[in-house]
Amino acid sequence: MRKFAPLITLAFFAVLPFAGFSTYIMHILILVIMWTTIGIAWNLLGGYCGQVSFGHAAYFGVGAYTAGILYSKLNLSPWWGIPISIVIVTLFAFILGFIVLRLRGPFFALATLASGEVMRISSENLVDITGGSLGIMLQERTWVEKTWYYYIILMIAVAAFFVVKKLMESKIGYYFVAIREDQDAAESLGINTTLYKTVALCLSGALTGVAGAFYTNYMGYIDPHVVFGLHDISIITIMIVMVGGVATYWGPFVGAVIMVLLAEIIRSIPGLGTAYQTLFGILLIVIIIFLPNGIVGDSRKLARLVGIKGASQ
Amino acid sequence: MSLLDVRNVSMFFGGLAAINQVSFETREGEILGLIGPNGAGKTTMFNVVNGFYKPSRGEVFFKERRITGLKPHQVCRLGIARTFQVVKPLQRMSVFDNVIASAFLRVKTKDQAEEIALETIRFTGLFDDRDKISKGLPLGKRKKLEITRALATQPELLLLDESFAGLNPAELDESIEIIKGIKERGVTIMIIEHHMKVIMSISDRIVVLNYGEKIAEGTPKEISSNSIVVEAYLGEEKNA
Amino acid sequence: MNLEVFLQTLVQGLLIGGLYALIGLGMTLIMGVMKIINLAHGELMMIAMYIAYWMFVLFHVDPYMSVFIATPLLFGLGVALQKFLINPVLKVDSILPENQVILTVGIGMVLSNLATIFFKSDYRSTPVSYATDAWYLSDYWKTSPIELSLSVPWTVSFIFAVVITIVLWFFLSKTDTGKSIRATAQDQDAALLMGVNVKLMRVVTFGIGSGLVGAAGCLFIPIYYLYPALGGQFTLIAFVITILGGLGSTVGAILGGLILGIFESMTSTYLGMGWAPVGRFVIFVACLIFLPGGVASLLRKRKLGR
Repeated sequence: MRKFAPLITLAFFAVLPFAGFSTYIMHILILVIMWTTIGIAWNLLGGYCGQVSFGHAAYFGVGAYTAGILYSKLNLSPWWGIPISIVIVTLFAFILGFIVLRLRGPFFALATLASGEVMRISSENLVDITGGSLGIMLQERTWVEKTWYYYIILMIAVAAFFVVKKLMESKIGYYFVAIREDQDAAESLGINTTLYKTVALCLSGALTGVAGAFYTNYMGYIDPHVVFGLHDISIITIMIVMVGGVATYWGPFVGAVIMVLLAEIIRSIPGLGTAYQTLFGILLIVIIIFLPNGIVGDSRKLARLVGIKGASQ
Repeated sequence: MSLLDVRNVSMFFGGLAAINQVSFETREGEILGLIGPNGAGKTTMFNVVNGFYKPSRGEVFFKERRITGLKPHQVCRLGIARTFQVVKPLQRMSVFDNVIASAFLRVKTKDQAEEIALETIRFTGLFDDRDKISKGLPLGKRKKLEITRALATQPELLLLDESFAGLNPAELDESIEIIKGIKERGVTIMIIEHHMKVIMSISDRIVVLNYGEKIAEGTPKEISSNSIVVEAYLGEEKNA
Repeated sequence: MNLEVFLQTLVQGLLIGGLYALIGLGMTLIMGVMKIINLAHGELMMIAMYIAYWMFVLFHVDPYMSVFIATPLLFGLGVALQKFLINPVLKVDSILPENQVILTVGIGMVLSNLATIFFKSDYRSTPVSYATDAWYLSDYWKTSPIELSLSVPWTVSFIFAVVITIVLWFFLSKTDTGKSIRATAQDQDAALLMGVNVKLMRVVTFGIGSGLVGAAGCLFIPIYYLYPALGGQFTLIAFVITILGGLGSTVGAILGGLILGIFESMTSTYLGMGWAPVGRFVIFVACLIFLPGGVASLLRKRKLGR
């Protein structure tokens, strides 16, 4: 039963649009699936390989702007952004990795935070290329109905899920975890840690970049503040994986569902809207203290806390 | 034949010489003990051989090939594996998975890695514990796991850093048997240890360091009657 | 290049550098003693600034007097955060060791959002009577070839910062508590063995670090605009100074603050203001990679003669 969970879930989501949901619900579903993708990407680098990135917005934004600039400067369909961003973002991640991967632990975290912000400020200032703070707007949207967007992002998410799953069951997966647990010991056991960390970073970045390119096509408007946002992208990404479950296959999905639903609920309660960062902050603090490995990662602990019978030790 | 050749190696940190012009060689098939009081530079020497530190001066040769300055993973590929004083396994993974991870060095598929891992686990006696999560293992088994992981990389030279520290007598005897078994397989071993009884009984030759310098080299018999060595330790062990 | 402009820029840089140093001192103490990365440092400063603001608006208390109010309040807040939130996190077993950093991100989010809710995002300032006053060089040196001006609030803040730094220095080097703190920073286990109440020291240090940044906030509000999201840039400044100066080094933090202040002043005069944050980041990452020990390590090397 467990083995078929991914396929069953896939089948469920594949037929979901036929239920005739409203545009709003479809939008929520698309957001959930998009964030799941980003979460899976971050989890590969952070949860499995142990390199905690505070600047994933950098890859999201580069992907988003790849699609945007192809449209605004080269008059190509922004959909080309999806395949092309894989190349561009991988290159970007590779170069960035050259600088930051030599740093360990919290310093890596800070350096990635810095890189996300540098990208944001740079795209605000390089007005000739990016349009600056005005952003890029798509004049024509490909579809009015959400259905096709839904299937595209679903395919991307599924691809991400299976790529990561296959990878983690192979040699590379073992090496990632070895690096996470003790990088020096891993080196001494013959693992080229620099190489594998770079692979993790580039793959993680590329997947996030594809999500970014999709975002441009779906929303039809991007600007530096949104797509390179520290709080709106980088930190939300971390929250999704931490709430859902680090270093698990399903954690990012669970986290995405919870975070998106939570955001929508908060948004719809009058007066509570402006307090969403406080509530998110509190959620983050609570999770860090009580369920540091997330809902899926600490499922036994969660069961105990909630008082489920028989959930001992 | 000298497998490992350490020539005039010095290692400076700031102004301090952790190792000062030390030379020795490790012969193929032997067990070489590396002893000395605390702070003598033994682990630093391992770090130099293993590639963690680039020596400030001097060269290291392995199988006649210069390995000075190579990165640890390259050194491992060439055939030198090591254990660490503070053992840190892949905590959330099983013993089996821990060993599979290092077994991947010489092979490509998971099946091949599993095969090597199984064989190594049987050899060191961890077969019954193979599915246990390494975080919950007692110290003795964790040290064994450390050795097993290093062995799974199929080295020609194995560097053991205090693998006997903290073991009870029964575990000690077991570990000694494992070391002898490793030697029988043709693996050369260098071992840092404070446990005098152990080192004296299993080493073919011993090198003694003190304050970063080599003060003696010879067979266990020669070393135990060497007055300089005894003085260096000054009652520190003798009945360990 | 105009000598006058250069000197003025230099002076300006020194003045703000002194204030920056105060912010950096708090963080380097926390990072040095507790090995904790506090991404909510700037938010603590923001809270102190709001305290000073309301003291001014409601009770006409001069911001410089608020230093004596905000500092102990922030000390208390720091102690509370440390005891109730940070300590528990350090004990928890998790896959990722960066949990503590993420915790402080959460704290920062809550603090800055609460400020937005209660105080709105409007820019606020404390228009003290001497806000635009300045001392002019030409007033004192009649035949001076160049004109230099020292803005009154900037200079007074600088002087306060210097005084606080000196007091801190005395505290750390002459008092028992101060020495215990330094011992804990150098080697926690050794300090424990020597009878230092390490737990208490850690709590006190976080309190002091918070108090310092609280004082800095009061010194900043006469010369800066206040708004809830202001914390982020000061957290960054604190980090740059900490890394630039050298983790845990108080001398380093002072030098780092001055260097950063002068650097920013220069780039702002000669390059324009928009690039300041980028400049900070670049210094930050460059230090992490090329000079991980900061200025302090350079000083140490010179002392050892290598």
